[in-house]
Amino acid sequence: MSDKFIVGFDGSDTAQRALDFATSRAKAQGGSVLIAHVLEWSPYSFLTPTEIEERHQRRTEEMARAETAIVNPAKASVEAAGVPVETVLKFGHIAETLCKLAEKEGATQVVIGRNGHSTFGSRVFGSVAGSLVQTSPVPCTIVP
Amino acid sequence: MTIFKHTAVAAGLAMAAQGAAAQSIDEQINAGFASATGWFVNLIFMPFPGTSFPWIVAWLVVAATVFTIYFGFIQFRAAGHAIALVKGDYSDPDDAGEVSHFQALATALSGTVGLGNIAGVAVAIGIGGPGATFWMILAGLMGMASKFTECTLGVKYRNEFPDGHVSGGPMYYLKKGFAERGLPGGGFLAVMFSIFCILGALGGGNMFQSNQAHQALTGVLGEYPGFWTGIVFAVIVFVVIVGGLKSIASVTEKVVPFMAVIYVGTALIIILMNADMIGWAFGQIFAGAFTGLGVAGGMVGALIQGFKRAAFSNEAGVGSAAIAHSAVRTKEPITEGFVSLLEPFIDTVVICTMTALVIIITQQLMVDEATGLYMLNEAGTAIATVDGNSGVGLTAAAFGSAFSWFPTVLAIAVILFAFSTMISWSYYGLKAWTYLFGEGKGKELTFKIIFCLFVVIGASANLGPVIDFSDAAIFAMAVVNIIGLYFLMPIVKRELNSYMSRLQSGEIKKFTE
Repeated sequence: MSDKFIVGFDGSDTAQRALDFATSRAKAQGGSVLIAHVLEWSPYSFLTPTEIEERHQRRTEEMARAETAIVNPAKASVEAAGVPVETVLKFGHIAETLCKLAEKEGATQVVIGRNGHSTFGSRVFGSVAGSLVQTSPVPCTIVP
Repeated sequence: MTIFKHTAVAAGLAMAAQGAAAQSIDEQINAGFASATGWFVNLIFMPFPGTSFPWIVAWLVVAATVFTIYFGFIQFRAAGHAIALVKGDYSDPDDAGEVSHFQALATALSGTVGLGNIAGVAVAIGIGGPGATFWMILAGLMGMASKFTECTLGVKYRNEFPDGHVSGGPMYYLKKGFAERGLPGGGFLAVMFSIFCILGALGGGNMFQSNQAHQALTGVLGEYPGFWTGIVFAVIVFVVIVGGLKSIASVTEKVVPFMAVIYVGTALIIILMNADMIGWAFGQIFAGAFTGLGVAGGMVGALIQGFKRAAFSNEAGVGSAAIAHSAVRTKEPITEGFVSLLEPFIDTVVICTMTALVIIITQQLMVDEATGLYMLNEAGTAIATVDGNSGVGLTAAAFGSAFSWFPTVLAIAVILFAFSTMISWSYYGLKAWTYLFGEGKGKELTFKIIFCLFVVIGASANLGPVIDFSDAAIFAMAVVNIIGLYFLMPIVKRELNSYMSRLQSGEIKKFTE
């Protein structure tokens, strides 16, 4: 089985560096890349009745926007490098979703960019990178 | 909680509104409105001849009993499954990003948790004694079956529009469900329901709420004209429901559950601080339920008060929750029914009971030491309380006796609960409005502007007769809705049987790993 690199990709510059890193490793090892874009979503947040009614529409729009603006250009850049690539779009807690995905796909590595902040917020609530390294079932690379 | 009779609050928070502020024009409007609508109010709240038991309360309780028996005590059989659904055990991970069962439950609850849980319970106990708690809990447990029935139908017969948005509620299941069963009159009932729902939304779901919010504000800030409260509230409601400003709504939606948790948490602390009295309190509740312990009206008085407040508090059978739940996308309509049956449990059996226990345990009600019976006030209409409080005042005094800061928290809670109830009812009213007049941005805007105007009216005037009328409208919703539920309950049973057999055969499975 060839090596599969899962890249948590949100369209940011560091995410692009993470993607480039993973692409070059995959190319060297003859592996593939799975671009995972996770839209932050909690099933335990609170919504107004109107938001509930519009949720399905919004979700469809959010997915379409993510597909065209973020996932597709990334996919094209990996394809251009001649590396086999798949994409996946999910809703949920980012780190948790990446971990589940890594298990399900039998990935070799999870690669993400770090957001470079050390804010009060991430101290209290934790960062994606922080929780991912703690919980990832496979080796995890954080690209600066 | 939305519905709460004006008279009850008048004794509590609302004292200030009367007196100096009473203008002659207001009085004229009140008198005119009262004479025009009094017959309707009297009809809805008419007691059975020779008793003080309003027939509408019996109507709700009988319906709850019928549904409980018809569905084989579904509220107990399905409670575990309902919790599993809310936890997301049966949610397909690929559907993440859609509204979860938890969110549907939380939103529907924020429309019902409120004044009824705080003030309504105090009224029930103040008049009916601790025994009212027993009957309130019983009515709450039975009401779970009514919610289950109406919410399942709400989802099953909603309209889905090409752009993905949905409209549902009793008006849709009355029309489509009756047509499906070949019964006449569905369209007429649907229109009646919609009219009552709009009136209820503008009254109990709006004017009454802004009125109570103003009373709570004056209690903290001192006396000032309600017009200003009305304007501020109307502007906030306007930017949320017309401007679509989500941030305010989402702040409220986050703070309301938080307030509910603070409320229940504080109640639990007070109860635990007096742990040695829990047994005694339940003794009072059971003894009072069957003997009355000397309250006005005896055992029957306790029963009426308990049933009435439970029905007023959890809205089971009114049909409002069916509108809220039908907006949720789900493959199985019955799952929303299961989830919704938790609402009367949380609203009435948990939160209302907490209020009741705190009032009983902090011994706000005066007992005649010689006989062990409760002493009545001078008028003989209610139990004498330590400081002569009733309604919200009684709840505030009970909590305040343990924590002196609590009345301020309670005032904030009342304002926030009022706001979230307004947002919920603006949606219920809107759905009834679009049912009558058709979907469309312009038509929706018309209703929303009317709704905001009524916020100002509600806060600025002393609207006794108007509030009575809007309460009556909300219960009139229950009259129409429950007629429909009786005719449509075989459809729910079919859904239930089909779902249960698929659940047992393993066709419907858990997604948890």
